[in-house]
Amino acid sequence: MENLIGALVAAPLLGAAVLLLGGKALDRIGHWLGTLLAGTSFVIGLILFADMLGRSGEHRAISTTLYSWVPVNSFQADVSFQLDQLSMTFVLLITGVGTLIHLYSVGYMEHDERRRRFFGYLNLFLAAMLLLVVADNYLLLYVGWEGVGLASYLLIGFWQHKPSAATAAKKAFIVNRVGDVGLSIAIMLMFTTFGTFAFTPVLASADKASEGTLTGIGLMLLLAACGKSAQVPLQSWLGDAMEGPTPVSALIHAATMVTAGVYLITRSGPIFNLAPDAQTAVVVVGTVTLLFGAIVGCAKDDIKKALAGSTMSQIGYMVLAAGLGPIGYVFAIMHLVTHGFFKAGLFLGAGSVMHGMNDEVDMRKYGALRKYMPITFVTFGLGYLAIIGFPGLSGYFSKDKIIEAAFAKGGTEGWIIGSCALLGAAITAFYMTRVMLMTFFGEKRWQPAPDADAAPSAEPAAEGHAAGEMPHPHESPWSMTVPMIVLAFGSVFAGFLFNLNDSFLKWLEPVTGHKEGDSPLSATTVTATTVTVMVIGVAVAWLVYGRKPVPVVAPKGSLLTRAARRDLLQDDFNHVAFVQTGSYLTRGLVYLDLKGVDGLVNGTAATVGGLSSRMRRLQNGYVRSYAVSMFGGAAVLVAATLLMRAVA
Amino acid sequence: MSFLLTATAVVPAVGAIATAAVPAAKKSAAKWTALLFSAATLVLAAVVLGRFDTGGPRYQLTESHSWIKAFGVRYEVGVDGIGVTLIALTALLIPFVIGAAWHDADALEDTRLGRRWRPTQGFFALILLVEAMVIISFAATDVFLFYIFFEAMLIPMYFLIGGFGDRSGGNTEQEAAKQRSYAAVKFLLYNLLGGLVMLAAVIGLYAVTADQIGGTFSLQEILSARQAGKLDLSGAGEKAIFLGFFFAFAVKAPLWPLHTWLPNAMGESTAPVAVLITAVVDKVGTFAMLRWCLQLFPEASKWAAPVVLVLAVISIIYGALLAVGQKDIKRLVAYASISHFGFIILGIFAMTSQGQSGATLYMVNHGISTAALMLVAGFLISRRGSRLIADFGGVQKVAPMLAGTFLIGGLATLSLPGLAPFVSEFLVLVGTFSRYPALGIVATVGIVLAALYVLVLYQRTMTGPVKAEVEGMHDLKVRELAVVAPLIALLLFLGFYPKPVIDVINPAVNQTLSDVHKKDPKPAVEAVHTKGGAR
Repeated sequence: MENLIGALVAAPLLGAAVLLLGGKALDRIGHWLGTLLAGTSFVIGLILFADMLGRSGEHRAISTTLYSWVPVNSFQADVSFQLDQLSMTFVLLITGVGTLIHLYSVGYMEHDERRRRFFGYLNLFLAAMLLLVVADNYLLLYVGWEGVGLASYLLIGFWQHKPSAATAAKKAFIVNRVGDVGLSIAIMLMFTTFGTFAFTPVLASADKASEGTLTGIGLMLLLAACGKSAQVPLQSWLGDAMEGPTPVSALIHAATMVTAGVYLITRSGPIFNLAPDAQTAVVVVGTVTLLFGAIVGCAKDDIKKALAGSTMSQIGYMVLAAGLGPIGYVFAIMHLVTHGFFKAGLFLGAGSVMHGMNDEVDMRKYGALRKYMPITFVTFGLGYLAIIGFPGLSGYFSKDKIIEAAFAKGGTEGWIIGSCALLGAAITAFYMTRVMLMTFFGEKRWQPAPDADAAPSAEPAAEGHAAGEMPHPHESPWSMTVPMIVLAFGSVFAGFLFNLNDSFLKWLEPVTGHKEGDSPLSATTVTATTVTVMVIGVAVAWLVYGRKPVPVVAPKGSLLTRAARRDLLQDDFNHVAFVQTGSYLTRGLVYLDLKGVDGLVNGTAATVGGLSSRMRRLQNGYVRSYAVSMFGGAAVLVAATLLMRAVA
Repeated sequence: MSFLLTATAVVPAVGAIATAAVPAAKKSAAKWTALLFSAATLVLAAVVLGRFDTGGPRYQLTESHSWIKAFGVRYEVGVDGIGVTLIALTALLIPFVIGAAWHDADALEDTRLGRRWRPTQGFFALILLVEAMVIISFAATDVFLFYIFFEAMLIPMYFLIGGFGDRSGGNTEQEAAKQRSYAAVKFLLYNLLGGLVMLAAVIGLYAVTADQIGGTFSLQEILSARQAGKLDLSGAGEKAIFLGFFFAFAVKAPLWPLHTWLPNAMGESTAPVAVLITAVVDKVGTFAMLRWCLQLFPEASKWAAPVVLVLAVISIIYGALLAVGQKDIKRLVAYASISHFGFIILGIFAMTSQGQSGATLYMVNHGISTAALMLVAGFLISRRGSRLIADFGGVQKVAPMLAGTFLIGGLATLSLPGLAPFVSEFLVLVGTFSRYPALGIVATVGIVLAALYVLVLYQRTMTGPVKAEVEGMHDLKVRELAVVAPLIALLLFLGFYPKPVIDVINPAVNQTLSDVHKKDPKPAVEAVHTKGGAR
């Protein structure tokens, strides 16, 4: 069985290699090959899952060492894998949703001439993401961590001829690199503290290290998580990442890669449990981000960017839960899985809408689509109900647990973060209802297709359309609707199943540990309040966007709205703080290097050796003078040797 | 006694003569001769590597002959794990350099000069000559022997930069020639200055040994005499001599603030010669720090370490910031190299096994990755006749393979995990961090900046709308692909399986560390190794 863990990673890796190195001959079958290998990985995952279920809770983890990777005395890094319940959960999510999205992309990318390469990148992503979750040490995890970053870079910038896509890709990579520095430093700290960075020994010996060290490691891991999971203050790349093809947004920037930060924190639980200050920082980051993302989500008219704000916010919930320690780990992962279903479904729905609407992304130019795209409407609608936490659907169970856990942290902090989580739930209901109403209800506000050159933000992948043509919304092909339907099932039932007999809790508890919190409010009160604020959010959205027609041109809006449209000024801040300052710094240094350091040395040399006159003689370009200077060099050598002899 | 090392250096030297002797009209024959001899050198280097026993004595394949009896100069060669690795790197890279430079001398044939001087023959002969000298420098275990070749390689390098340099600099042919000769002279003066200072130190070393054990330049003799307590280098004299050696190596490496010759030299050379400078010749500088500074002057090395480490960190960040600000592709790579040399020197002087093994591995990986990036950059530049970043745009649309290989070279340069340079960079960082946490953390800024300069370069040249001047650009040709594909394969292989190289390097590093009486810091706590855990 252990050997199958390697096969899990190898299948999509093979796909990536074949698809990226293979020639045009593969163009006709490449997408199916990629999908097949993703599916293979999923099947292997299922086999491993069945095998794991055959053993009892404590004995479910299996591990295998492939080979010694970087052995330098006490620094021993291996390529070895570990598959426990936490990893298994991710494996199934990644390969399951991954396979569905491969299938969806077959239809979505049908008209793209570089479809084979797209599937190569998708396979590469799967391989890296699987490596990330089955690695048994932090250094190998790092390989997967930056590997998914690379895949994300390649896929955000898939349409490289669009400057906006190329810029967004670069931005994502660089912001993530800042986070990666955190992971590097954390690994270095682990090595100097424990002499190893493999999960088992580090986590088992965490209690021997000083709290200061553990706090340091925890904060560095948090920095890493902030980068990958788009948490404040490293959140700015996610909105721009929507430049990538929509299936990419669904798989990488909603369901899987962006949740890697939550995995990292949960995996490192024993470190965080002993570092309360680091945990507080995690909670603060999660809470701030869940509100930040929600507010941004309210102001965006671009359907994908609204969903991106929502992703940021939902991951904020997960990070918050993970920061609560053993009372929250299980629920963080549970929300992660249900979110994987409904958010991927919502993105695929958005893609389907765009597919039918000449690649339009502006929701102000949608309206009344429920009649034209019934399957998309129903599946998107179920995803919508799940995310706002409609009783009985997935999001209801998982989000409610997090809010309960937040209150259960106790004390004033518990009240503050609990209230923020509730407020977030209300805002979530508001912005998601807004998306729903603007897209599927109300009047048609369709606009003729823009000139292809004039609007480079439109996705050029979907069916070709002439400029000036009115959209003819229609349902998408089966390869796109089937994944949407499957994900809708997940959005509806996953939460209920996970909650049945606390099955998800029992499944994960042996790995993450679990503790019931001491909530000042009863579970019923929390649930009732959560549902109430959700209803309020929906009602407000209906008053604004449902009762009266939506204007095609966005109104000016309040100061907050305008700030939120600009992502709460994140880029403006980064521009002033880093880009501008940095460019002054580098320009200054370039000048200094030329005039200062170099000038000084040249000046000295000129004074000492009459460089300038010799330079003039050399610059006439005749070989004769080269020969002279060669002779000069040789003469120096001979003189030096003679000098030696004299001294000796 | 084995003649293998001598043979490995003699073959390219003979190749240089043979190439130079090819009749003027037979350009192609000269190229093939050069390639053949470089391939033969590679085979010999592979034999050397195969014969090297990682568990054996420190210096192997040794050879020793008396040379200048009057003052104890010997022809002594031998390799430890570090030397053998770098000889292998050199022998590996030269065939690729020659392959990439295949047409670089063609343009010179038509000039007035060309009709008299056989530039093709001269160009490839000079490359082989440099190879021979570099290999001897890596193998020499006699200070004087090392010094001779350390200096002598300046002469062929000078002609490669000044005589066969890039013709795309400046607006006119005259301007380009002016820039080339400026760069060549600057290269020569900087390195001659370093060499002269070193010469003084070499003489000083001789004076000290002459005083105590009767005058020798032999590394073996000096080391064993010191071990036996017959030779005492400590005191102010040792520090001064150390500084003399170090100065020369810091110019060659180059270390901030002695770096400014490198961007000129790399900018004005053709891409293959730029690779020769940064990936091969400069490695002699960092290698010499490990072999000569640390082994001959352990106490002085430890004494200077704090200052050297700070200069290295400045190099890392300064080089990276300057790379971000460059408008010229080749100068950008040059500043990136300065940043990388900072990492190498940081690893050497952190005096931990991870740092030094990482630094040695870094030399190998930097050689391969810079070769990949720079050679592709050269293909790009030769197509457009310009090396300014702003003159490109949208290349990936017209030449996807060129763009793809360029990106991989770039990703290696930014040390992406999965590619070879990640392993060495991380080892250097962790090795530094375990002794000097603050420096280790500051150095990580270099990781972020590397992503910035590489990806901005890629974005500006390769993505976006296709520029009119770029439109007809053709993709990589077979020869070009044959040059770059093996380098990329090697980057991937060493990224996932660096162990064979580490196994060769590591014993030598451990011995060097015991020379300087340094042990790796112990972890703060004893980790629990439970059953079922990975380790």
